[in-house]
Amino acid sequence: MTVYVKGVVFEGVDFDDPKHWGIEAYMARGGYAALKKILSTGMTQDEIIAEMKTSGLRGRGGAGFPTGLKWSFMPRSFPGQKYLVCNTDEGEPGTFKDLDIIVDNPHALIEGMIIGGFAMGITVGYNYIHGEVFEAYERFEAALEEARAAGFLGDNILGTNFCFQLHGHHGYGAYICGEETALLESLEGKKGQPRFKPPFPASFGLYGKPTTINNTETFASVPFIIREGGQKFLELGKPNNGGTKLFSVSGHVNRPGNYEIPLGTPFSELLEMCGGMRDGKKLKAVIPGGSSAPVLPADIMMQCTMDYDSISKAGSMLGSGAVIVMDETTCMVKALERLSYFYFEESCGQCTPCREGTGWLYRVVHRIEQGLGRPEDLDLLLSVGGNIAGRTICALGDAAVMPVQGMLKHFRSEFEHHIEHKQCLVPGF
Amino acid sequence: MLEIEIDGKKLTVPTGSTVMDAANSIGVHIPHFCYHKKLSIAANCRMCLVQVEKAPKPLPACATPVTDGMKVYTHSDMAVKAQKGVMEFLLINHPLDCPICDQGGECQLQDLAVGYGQSGSRYEEEKRVVANKNLGPLISTDMTRCIHCSRCVRFTEEIAGYQELGMPGRGEHTEVMSFIGKTVNSEISGNVIDLCPVGALTSKPFRYSARTWELSRRKSVGAHDGLGANLVVQVKNNQVMRVLPLENEAINECWLSDRERFSYEALNSAARLTQPMVKDGGEWKVVGWQEALELVATKLKGITANHGADSVAAIASPNSTLEELYLLRKSLAGLDIRNLEARTRLGDVRFETKAAGWLGQSIVDLAASESLLLIGSTLRKEQPLLAQRLRQSVKKGLKLALINPHDDELLTKIAGKLVVRPDQLVEGVLAVLKAAAEVTGKTVPADIDLAGVEVSTEARALAELIVAGEKKSLVLGNIALQHERAAELHAAAAALADIAGATLGLLRDGANSVGADIVGFATNKDLIAANKKAYVLLHSELADLKSGAKAAFEGAEFVVAMTSFADEARDYADVLLPVSPFSETSGTFVNMEGKPQSFNGVVRPLGETRPAWKVLRVLGNILGLNGFDYDSSEAVRADVLNGDIAKVLDNAPAKAVAVKAQAAAGLVRLAEVPLYETDALVRRAPSLQATVDAESAAQLRANAATLASLGLVAGGNARVQQGGAAVTLAVAEDAGLLDAVVRVPSGRATLVLGSGAIEVAKA
Repeated sequence: MTVYVKGVVFEGVDFDDPKHWGIEAYMARGGYAALKKILSTGMTQDEIIAEMKTSGLRGRGGAGFPTGLKWSFMPRSFPGQKYLVCNTDEGEPGTFKDLDIIVDNPHALIEGMIIGGFAMGITVGYNYIHGEVFEAYERFEAALEEARAAGFLGDNILGTNFCFQLHGHHGYGAYICGEETALLESLEGKKGQPRFKPPFPASFGLYGKPTTINNTETFASVPFIIREGGQKFLELGKPNNGGTKLFSVSGHVNRPGNYEIPLGTPFSELLEMCGGMRDGKKLKAVIPGGSSAPVLPADIMMQCTMDYDSISKAGSMLGSGAVIVMDETTCMVKALERLSYFYFEESCGQCTPCREGTGWLYRVVHRIEQGLGRPEDLDLLLSVGGNIAGRTICALGDAAVMPVQGMLKHFRSEFEHHIEHKQCLVPGF
Repeated sequence: MLEIEIDGKKLTVPTGSTVMDAANSIGVHIPHFCYHKKLSIAANCRMCLVQVEKAPKPLPACATPVTDGMKVYTHSDMAVKAQKGVMEFLLINHPLDCPICDQGGECQLQDLAVGYGQSGSRYEEEKRVVANKNLGPLISTDMTRCIHCSRCVRFTEEIAGYQELGMPGRGEHTEVMSFIGKTVNSEISGNVIDLCPVGALTSKPFRYSARTWELSRRKSVGAHDGLGANLVVQVKNNQVMRVLPLENEAINECWLSDRERFSYEALNSAARLTQPMVKDGGEWKVVGWQEALELVATKLKGITANHGADSVAAIASPNSTLEELYLLRKSLAGLDIRNLEARTRLGDVRFETKAAGWLGQSIVDLAASESLLLIGSTLRKEQPLLAQRLRQSVKKGLKLALINPHDDELLTKIAGKLVVRPDQLVEGVLAVLKAAAEVTGKTVPADIDLAGVEVSTEARALAELIVAGEKKSLVLGNIALQHERAAELHAAAAALADIAGATLGLLRDGANSVGADIVGFATNKDLIAANKKAYVLLHSELADLKSGAKAAFEGAEFVVAMTSFADEARDYADVLLPVSPFSETSGTFVNMEGKPQSFNGVVRPLGETRPAWKVLRVLGNILGLNGFDYDSSEAVRADVLNGDIAKVLDNAPAKAVAVKAQAAAGLVRLAEVPLYETDALVRRAPSLQATVDAESAAQLRANAATLASLGLVAGGNARVQQGGAAVTLAVAEDAGLLDAVVRVPSGRATLVLGSGAIEVAKA
């Protein structure tokens, strides 16, 4: 369920219209105007990238890297093939925004990618779509066909000499393939495992060629920026946190769903939009940016605004914008056990600290949850976590450790209670 | 050049170096598992994490490029804490079964655990258990011990050329395995045993037979092909227990072929001959050395007196040492016997080089060619490590082209190829020669008749490839040298090399083929077909020789076999002299690049076995000859190699041979020597004989159309008749062969077959 509030990706989408995702509806609400503007006014690559920089758009996949800066890294004069890749391998627990974009407004993504291709002189793009979403994949393919038929994709787009081919690719459901270099490996037909960096994809990407990879929501924000101007986008949010952002709210709220709101909106407002806490229970904690973001207790969270800087200052991260809300009935040991199991299962196994360490973390948390914990286990968790974090090829190791550290920072007493009393502090568990 | 400081030591390294390269260059050891200088960088074990100034996190030395002014600390608190952390992770799921692990004592994990591990473990959960895999008869697995460094996987893909191992599964469930139902069949597969830093992959033949600290390490030289690989032979209780590579970047790098690694099994075979024996009234009788050698001297003297010195011939394996061959020549020369041959598989008596035939350049130089045209070779089987080296060269830009009577996969990029019928190999070379002459405007020697030679598109492409550029090589492989028109191939190839400005090389099959040429074991006569009255055999047996050998020996008045094995020669010899295999004698092999490599015996001779050079020295004394007072093999060597070896190497044809295209006719046999049929030791190594390669030695292969036209089906059987004898072989398909070509290898399975027209029918 998408709840559009105020934002750029779902602006004007009429969810009641069964063909709201189609090209006609998209064009009726101003779609492809940005592309036409570029191709008819002779807007240059530099101008587009400058506009992107002005917008303050930061990568919506989780890392929050400035998009305009990333685009400027692409060697535009490189003589061989270059690639543009969209990362729709949305696997972060709690995140479900990209899915809605390709289901409900796929042409915004397509147009954004075409513009990206133009800006960086790239002629071939791929959209890597998460393995478990079949209908979404088919919807995207249908939209591609529409765009090709309308002359927005393919050779000599809109009668110019600009060519851009875009292909959908259905993954196989591994979380790690959301890591951009693992995604590239998978796209090449290999086992999805992150590459060691450097070299970065901008110099050695898909098939060893310069490649730019952006998140679905990032691309889908591009048409607005070009059409309305980067400044306007920036002003929707706040400085260094330009634009609006989709938040996937899940957990103990009355109306879970996707909320597209300006960056900088107070969390308390977002919670109200979601209809408040379910059954009038008390807010206990929030994971503000997807499962790898450290948990924040209610009192800290209620002081935060929903943007990169505020959440970061509070000791967590905005990440992919997956807001997991937990009420007072939640056992934090159980919650961490579930999170740790996820990282244990999804570690690719390539490098030692993550392969061995994620299993160790899970087993210790599991032991505590089962009432078999020992007093030294909490320090052991932090020690093992410390040996994983910063020692791995990709960020999955860090992602596995951050929930552990966050939980022990804010809810250590609950873990200690579990160990001492061999049962949960929270009634009902 | 970049400046870097490692642990306070300043040095400069070339641009592009990694921190690991820089540390290695000044002897600073950074612990590691996945890093290997010959393999791509994986950076997955994380053991080599070091502290780099200004970097917030420790970085892997193997994958971190040096930047100018970088300061690295390999033993700082940050580095050691990271390394110890990784070691703890590696050990939590590693079974601590070192006492029963074959890797114990030579295990990198064990060694590094001493420095970076702890005496106890904080991990108290259940450990991971991984099912073992069947990788074939050579590699044993204990996959629970695997630390996922991926060296073996990278080796098969990058060095062996075909990814036979992979790592399916995710996270803790990742397992190294082969393709489902397949084994690892590379001809250089055993190197994964050396590469594995733990006891996950160990040698199957060696398994549980000794601990590493019980073994002496003795240097030796490979005795099974022309490469001259440097070996470490490991010995316990006067028995060779296993063979490992001794690193020599110019020859075998750090690798060994499986043939070189595993054929030691034959050294301990029950079939070893341990006492001199003579046939007395049809019965074999054990005798002393003196009696046996006196009998040999008497017989040879008698036969030369009665029938002339030309009635005696000596045939030696090209794996005999230089010293053995020289003393055999010298002792027989005392009786004026001059019929000496060590090119036992040479197909054409007209073939003759001006001096010893060799690679024409060093192995390193060959690999540095810009383009290389290989004619008539199953390179991966003939010279496995040379194929490996050229595979790496191709990655650096070598253009490798082929003229072959098959389309076997070389597992590398091929710049051009011409696949011909086996009986059209000469015509294939002539087509390229004609095209090269046209391209360059040069003329070919008068005795090469190019009339009627048709130049195909492929031939022209090969000609253009070989005439272009600076550093070019043209190499004749074993199929070419064993070809019945080898002399014509030689002449045509020499003319092509001349026109193209390329270096002509010969891939010699034996460990000492070049040395045998130097000693003079080469004649222009077919010594088998000549049915001599007496034969002296040194290390050679029927499967090394052309068809008809058994009949020739049985028909001879006297055959003396100097051999290490008692099983075969009993059928046709009159005297059996137990002589040492390479492991039990000192001696010298001259490898394909003309490099003499001397070695010592690594174990005492078995039973009454004696080194052949000593036996021949005594025979010289018994024959009453002068100049047989050698007291060491070095003294013998000094008599043979007494000058610049380059002067006795020359591949040019000794005399002109008329070369003319011939028409193809009928069903034709491709009869190459299979990988594990090459010599007496290889043929008696049980593990090698259990490989897929050994299995294919007893197969008839043809393309689908040929199989159909012969009424054969893959998986069925065929009766093959040639030269008045017949055998039944299993049938397999080989899509790389041309129509009307049957691939019937030359090995023990087809030993009875003769030459000439071949008939094949369903059996």
